[in-house]
Amino acid sequence: MNVETMHSSLPLLILISPLIGFFMNGVVYPLKLKGFAKTDPNTAGATATFFIGLSFIMACIAFSKLISGGENPSLTSYCFEWFNFGGLNIPFELRIDKLSATLVMIITGIGTLIHLYSTSYMHDEECVGRYFSYLNLFCFNMLLLVMGNNLPLLFFGWEGVGLCSYLLIGFWYTDTEKANAGKKAFIVNRIGDLGFLIGMFLLFRELGTLSLPEINTLLKNSEVVARIMPSATLICLSLFVGATGKSAQIPLFVWLPDAMSGPTPVSALIHAATMVTAGVYMIARLNPLFELSPVALSVIAHTGALTALFAGTIAIAQTDIKKVLAYSTVSQLGFMFLACGVGAYQTAVFHLMTHAFFKALLFLGSGSVIHACSGEQDMTKMGGLKKFLPHTHFTMLIGSLAISGVPFFSGFFSKDEILYSTIALPNGISYLFIIGVITAMLTAFYTGRMMSLTFYGSEKMSHDVKHHLHESPALMTFPLYVLAILAAFGGFFGVPHLMGDFMGHMPHFLSHWLEPLVPAKVLPLIAVKLPLHEGVVMVGSSIIAVLSFFAGVMIFKKIQFISDAFSGLAPLQKLLSNKYYIDELYAFIIVNPLKKISGLAGGIIDKYIVDGAVNGLGRSVRALSGTLRGIQTGDLQTYGLLMLGGIFLAIVFIFKVLV
Amino acid sequence: METSTLLSWIIFTPLLFGFIVALLPKGLEHLFRKVALAQTIVNAVLATYLYLNFDGSSSGPQFIHLISWLPEWGINYLISIDGISLPLVMLTAYVGPVAILGTWPDLHHGKLRSEKFFVFCLMALQTGMYGTFLATDIFLFYFFWEVVLIPMFFMIGIWGGKDRIYATVKFFLYTMVGSLLMLVAIFWMLKTSFEAFGAPTGNLFELSKISFAFDGSSLSSAFMSPQTLLFFAFSLAFVIKVPMVPFHTWLPDAHVQAPTVGSVFLAAVLLKMGTYGLMRIAIPLFPQAAYYFADFFMIMGVIGIIYGAFCALYQTDFKKLVAYSSVSHMGYILIGLFSFQKLAIAGSLYQMINHGISAGGLFLIVGFLYERLHTRNLEEFGGLAKSFPLMAIGFMIMTLSSVALPGSNGFVGEFPILLGAFQVRPVFVLFAGTGVILGAIYALKAYQLVMLGPRTRTDLDQLHDLNAKEIIAMIILTIFVFGIGFFPKTFFWKSDASLENYGNTLIQKVSSK
Repeated sequence: MNVETMHSSLPLLILISPLIGFFMNGVVYPLKLKGFAKTDPNTAGATATFFIGLSFIMACIAFSKLISGGENPSLTSYCFEWFNFGGLNIPFELRIDKLSATLVMIITGIGTLIHLYSTSYMHDEECVGRYFSYLNLFCFNMLLLVMGNNLPLLFFGWEGVGLCSYLLIGFWYTDTEKANAGKKAFIVNRIGDLGFLIGMFLLFRELGTLSLPEINTLLKNSEVVARIMPSATLICLSLFVGATGKSAQIPLFVWLPDAMSGPTPVSALIHAATMVTAGVYMIARLNPLFELSPVALSVIAHTGALTALFAGTIAIAQTDIKKVLAYSTVSQLGFMFLACGVGAYQTAVFHLMTHAFFKALLFLGSGSVIHACSGEQDMTKMGGLKKFLPHTHFTMLIGSLAISGVPFFSGFFSKDEILYSTIALPNGISYLFIIGVITAMLTAFYTGRMMSLTFYGSEKMSHDVKHHLHESPALMTFPLYVLAILAAFGGFFGVPHLMGDFMGHMPHFLSHWLEPLVPAKVLPLIAVKLPLHEGVVMVGSSIIAVLSFFAGVMIFKKIQFISDAFSGLAPLQKLLSNKYYIDELYAFIIVNPLKKISGLAGGIIDKYIVDGAVNGLGRSVRALSGTLRGIQTGDLQTYGLLMLGGIFLAIVFIFKVLV
Repeated sequence: METSTLLSWIIFTPLLFGFIVALLPKGLEHLFRKVALAQTIVNAVLATYLYLNFDGSSSGPQFIHLISWLPEWGINYLISIDGISLPLVMLTAYVGPVAILGTWPDLHHGKLRSEKFFVFCLMALQTGMYGTFLATDIFLFYFFWEVVLIPMFFMIGIWGGKDRIYATVKFFLYTMVGSLLMLVAIFWMLKTSFEAFGAPTGNLFELSKISFAFDGSSLSSAFMSPQTLLFFAFSLAFVIKVPMVPFHTWLPDAHVQAPTVGSVFLAAVLLKMGTYGLMRIAIPLFPQAAYYFADFFMIMGVIGIIYGAFCALYQTDFKKLVAYSSVSHMGYILIGLFSFQKLAIAGSLYQMINHGISAGGLFLIVGFLYERLHTRNLEEFGGLAKSFPLMAIGFMIMTLSSVALPGSNGFVGEFPILLGAFQVRPVFVLFAGTGVILGAIYALKAYQLVMLGPRTRTDLDQLHDLNAKEIIAMIILTIFVFGIGFFPKTFFWKSDASLENYGNTLIQKVSSK
């Protein structure tokens, strides 16, 4: 394979730019103005947007270089030696190849839009400078995650985005609940991170390197593969534990819904478009490794499918608009892992991309709705907003059609490809296909419900809220329209073969683009073996999507929950709206035991046993010395008696033992 | 052999200043803390000069200074520095001004009783610490080791909190018990060196050439081997200082009672004397015994990490929480040192420095809060970030360092330790790794209880955020947190040759038998 590595400072510049923005808002302005809350919101927003926008422009340049750069080109920046001792050599090296370039474009592109949107959305908040510095810092870490050329650097970004997520979720830190949500996100992510670390350690033990290109090159060597084979499953599963944390999969998904207490643009950028897809990126990046373990892949596929279904059902019963989108994100991430698990890594990246478009759009749209409703997030207190928020409604409708998989919108292409992969691929599992179809149906249904409760139906807001209703300013609607265009047409990056034939042999751009790094297994099979099936899946899923979405919209014009119509479903409604009581379950089996253990360790063992032994020793020494002091009576007769006794014992000892 | 008096200057400058303070007449009390600051700055300058002139390509001792002391016993005043002691000397030198600046109001003469003696103790303490890290003669090492004990004893006992007497006696007795056995072992070694070389010597480099009898054929024979007995005699003294579970209970008490400046030195530097002793004496001089019982120490390290973290989680006293977090973090160093892996050993040395920075910083934060709000109870804070934004930032940075986030110095220590030790003892590392999670839980809990949430106090408006001196102290620490986090090479490359040589010699000694 033709690999052309070009040394370039572009990756470094792309990375550094948001970091400069972070310093401007985090250090320079506060120093200049002698205070943190004093930065003008517009200046803060403009600065942050400028630096991430600059990154985007440079990313475009890098992208164009890759397009003209041969079969498998890459741009690398070697910055400095990070670790080098005791046989561990980890350079601080960045690399943009076709896979990371795709992600870099998404991060900087959508990132710029969201910064722009935030400038308006966060305008009236306190400490806007702090907000934008965190947002820039997040972009820095996310870019490091995708451009880092070795696993420790990837991990650097991986933990760094976790930190920024923590800081941004808890942005309104005076609210204990929000601060708790941030803490929960960080800690749950750390559980996953331990898995990631262990996976990295195992990999280092087997291969002696942590450099991503070296790992992937070594895995082409059959001897190396034979050697690593026995531990491949363990390595992949450990890394996947990391992915379940960051990408909110069962069992570590619990932090993401809570993370919605952060500002809405943050939810759009971090908890929908970029950070949460890090796990998918990692698996796609290490696909030669994951290919070695069918067991691990199967676990990934099942986890993904189950998470998709599980979160999809919860989304139906939520009333908070952001919670619906949060569970929807968990569910869509499940789809991506399902794709990874059946070996359709390209498709996973495809869905990652389209999802970034439509989910960022939906979140920003929901932000616009919340903004208009004076901060109200409860959909049961909305309704009929269509006529008040025409731009928001129009763009969100496009996003909804895209996520529902209505034909020719972006989600249709990527979701279809995933569904088809689950039966067409050699690793495919047919009952996962059924779960996928059900989830797709649920997705369209709850999205329809969300649209209906928010925009259609009867007006349920209070008089005050209604009085203040207003469409968002252009600074917020512009990003909505850009994302709407992407959500509408983004699917044409990956037109399936069958359909491409009708469209003048339009190729699957993304597949060709990623091919050298993430080989496809899907397309040849589709083309050769099962053209008819592909058509059946496509038509079938289109019908399901349209009908479910329509049903969702129609049913919820009058009612808010299914149980409103079928009272027999009330217990189910209760179960779903309480999210299957998972948080309560975790509190019972993890959080409380931890508290008990710490109480036992700190309150009992340390205090009474360990320290008790120490103090007990001290006391007994004192007691013993007290007793011994008693012997020293100063009475000569006693001394004499004791001496006599001693001599007697000594004589006995000498005769009995020594003679 | 090239000799230099630079190291002696570094050791005795604090004491010299101590005598100057002692001679200052009445009425000049307001100068004391300025003299203390001047002394730490002079030491930092001397140490920087030392660092710049240190030859990083050499693994042997440098800047040797030898004065004959008790030659017939083989005991001399012999000091030198190599790549292993260099970072610790630098740590001590830079922690000095940071500790003084960060506790400036505490050192106000109007606030202190017998302030002259306090400042003298502070200086004598530094002399002892420098001496411990620089001594190349085993008896001299012991001497400085004990010197450290005395000023600390007084600092806790005279200027401590409510239960200071209990705490300081506990600290003193605990450490004394450990070091008594060490003294016996030292005499035994001097005797052995007499048998080996015909003349006794306390020179550590000479002593490391002796191989003390060791029979590892069975557990009991290993236990009764002279090498093992010596190893344990030294180790006991060292692990008490580290502190290793279950010998740790003196630490929370000492920390809670000690004045802030004492706590900072205790956490940042004093604990490292224990791990330094293991690294410098117990392991390389008695390698087979150390190797034979390595698993035991690694397990104790793992237990320390988990147990310390759980205890930290339970605490409501902020200072106690940080103290237990030290127990937890020092466990990593035990794992690294006893893994007999070069990578992990290097990580352990870095971790000594990194923990010094993060724990020192956290104790400063505790001090800042106590100075302003007169409490350490975590439940009596809340929402302080709004009133003290600079403190909130400083605290966050120290928290990140403490949880070993990549990019901070903490990661530079823990990652190589875990990665290196994983190569030989994956299961231990798996358990030690839970410290990564537990560490985040207690650190974020503390941060949230102090800084986040609604404001519960009403007395905050007349209180000020960090002042200039406190800001400087935090900035120095911050530079080290991220400087080391991003560019560990720049900070530690002068230790490479020594670490390489240390690891090779050790592994060779262990594998040859």
